[in-house]
Amino acid sequence: MVGIVSYGTYIPRYRIVVDEIARIWGEDAEVVKRGLGVEQKSVPGLDEDTATIAVECAREALRRAKIDPKKIGAVFVGSESHPYVVKPTGTVVAEALGVGNEYFCADLEFACKAGTAGIQICYAMVKAGMIDYGVAIGADTSQSRPGDALEFTASAGGACFIIGRNCIAEIEGTFSFTSDTPDFWRREGQPYPSHGGRFTGQPAYFRHIFMATKGLLEKLGLKPSDFNYVVFHQPNAKFPMRVAKMLGFGKEQVRTGLVVPYIGNTYSGSSLIGLASVLDVAKPGERILVTSYGSGAGSDSFSFVVTDKIEEFERNPTVLDKIRECEFIDYGTYVKFMRKIRR
Amino acid sequence: MLPKFWRKIRFRYGLIGSYCENCGNYYYPPRNLCPRCRRKGKVKEVQFSGYGRVLSWSVVHDAVENFWISKPYVVALIELDEGARIIAPLDCNPREIEEGMRVRAVFRKFGEDGEEGIIHYGTKFVPIG
Repeated sequence: MVGIVSYGTYIPRYRIVVDEIARIWGEDAEVVKRGLGVEQKSVPGLDEDTATIAVECAREALRRAKIDPKKIGAVFVGSESHPYVVKPTGTVVAEALGVGNEYFCADLEFACKAGTAGIQICYAMVKAGMIDYGVAIGADTSQSRPGDALEFTASAGGACFIIGRNCIAEIEGTFSFTSDTPDFWRREGQPYPSHGGRFTGQPAYFRHIFMATKGLLEKLGLKPSDFNYVVFHQPNAKFPMRVAKMLGFGKEQVRTGLVVPYIGNTYSGSSLIGLASVLDVAKPGERILVTSYGSGAGSDSFSFVVTDKIEEFERNPTVLDKIRECEFIDYGTYVKFMRKIRR
Repeated sequence: MLPKFWRKIRFRYGLIGSYCENCGNYYYPPRNLCPRCRRKGKVKEVQFSGYGRVLSWSVVHDAVENFWISKPYVVALIELDEGARIIAPLDCNPREIEEGMRVRAVFRKFGEDGEEGIIHYGTKFVPIG
């Protein structure tokens, strides 16, 4: 039985509300909030980046796992905001965890789905007998051009999953759907990403999530009603609700894992923080479906079955606790923290 | 600068210090020799829990260039639960600090060698609760 042995999350404590961003750019805040289903987003502090977020969530996962860090055989960090273009984030994380020097390591990039790609790699390595435990992290401090629609949602956060045997949630199966679809990108040396506006919807997000989820359900012979919870990538609150309806899932199955209204789109952390939010309350025997989405484009779909081990697993502080623990900032402080203004 | 930074990575990331088995004292940064026991000392490496309390602090209002954007920031003298004392950045509102305030270690950016240089990571502290 291979699956999630432990998990941890990190959400920076600063928040900016949609009303404040809308006020600066002359937008109607109520229209924006209604359109996106997002009230506020998380903002990293001046001394936080993808590496610090990755370390904090990985340390929480390791503390909860109660395993010797030297038993970790692989570290994969998925992000589209690695602090260095050349030099891995994963080595910083592994050193901070005390993994030692005998481990596989690579930084992954596939827009918002690089974290779930890391879970798939760890899953395969554990199943193949190459490692006992693998660490897969999805973390981002996402960028957005001032005044762009992305600025209302692009936020920061991360989640870490330790994959191995003797798990709290077994991976029942995984399925990916991938194509060359240029819906969102950032060219080398450019500070902000660009996107195809409405093109990011139907041929990109909806097609890939729909096909990956459908493929997984067919592969496992399952139907939407077999799942207690479902988590989709959350660029806003509307898209996951709409794709859930397209696939035959109900609103109640989506609600527990929907964190985007309170912290925004954490990119590589998005679907993974949603999964962590579900694991915070899940009971043995319950089944969870997770489908990530990364622009460019692709989706990884997973079915998890929660095991009896979750009952003795330390789940505090929960994702909800971290959502609640926050400090609100104004737009001026936000642009300073995001280094959008320079001296 | 690079070798100096690289040599201290383990101690800065993981809050690793030293413990003298002869007198029972803890030290940070780690020492090769116990300053109390001298030759009789038996010093071993130790991983601190990362929890402690504030003994004293300074609020820096006039910062050097690399830290200018962070001002005002707090540098605190913290007594770790094991007994070692450490001077470290404390990430909190300067008006909320109290003597004896409980704190825990977090992993944060310390600074960077300009836009093209290495990023320095290490341990800072935040209030508990």
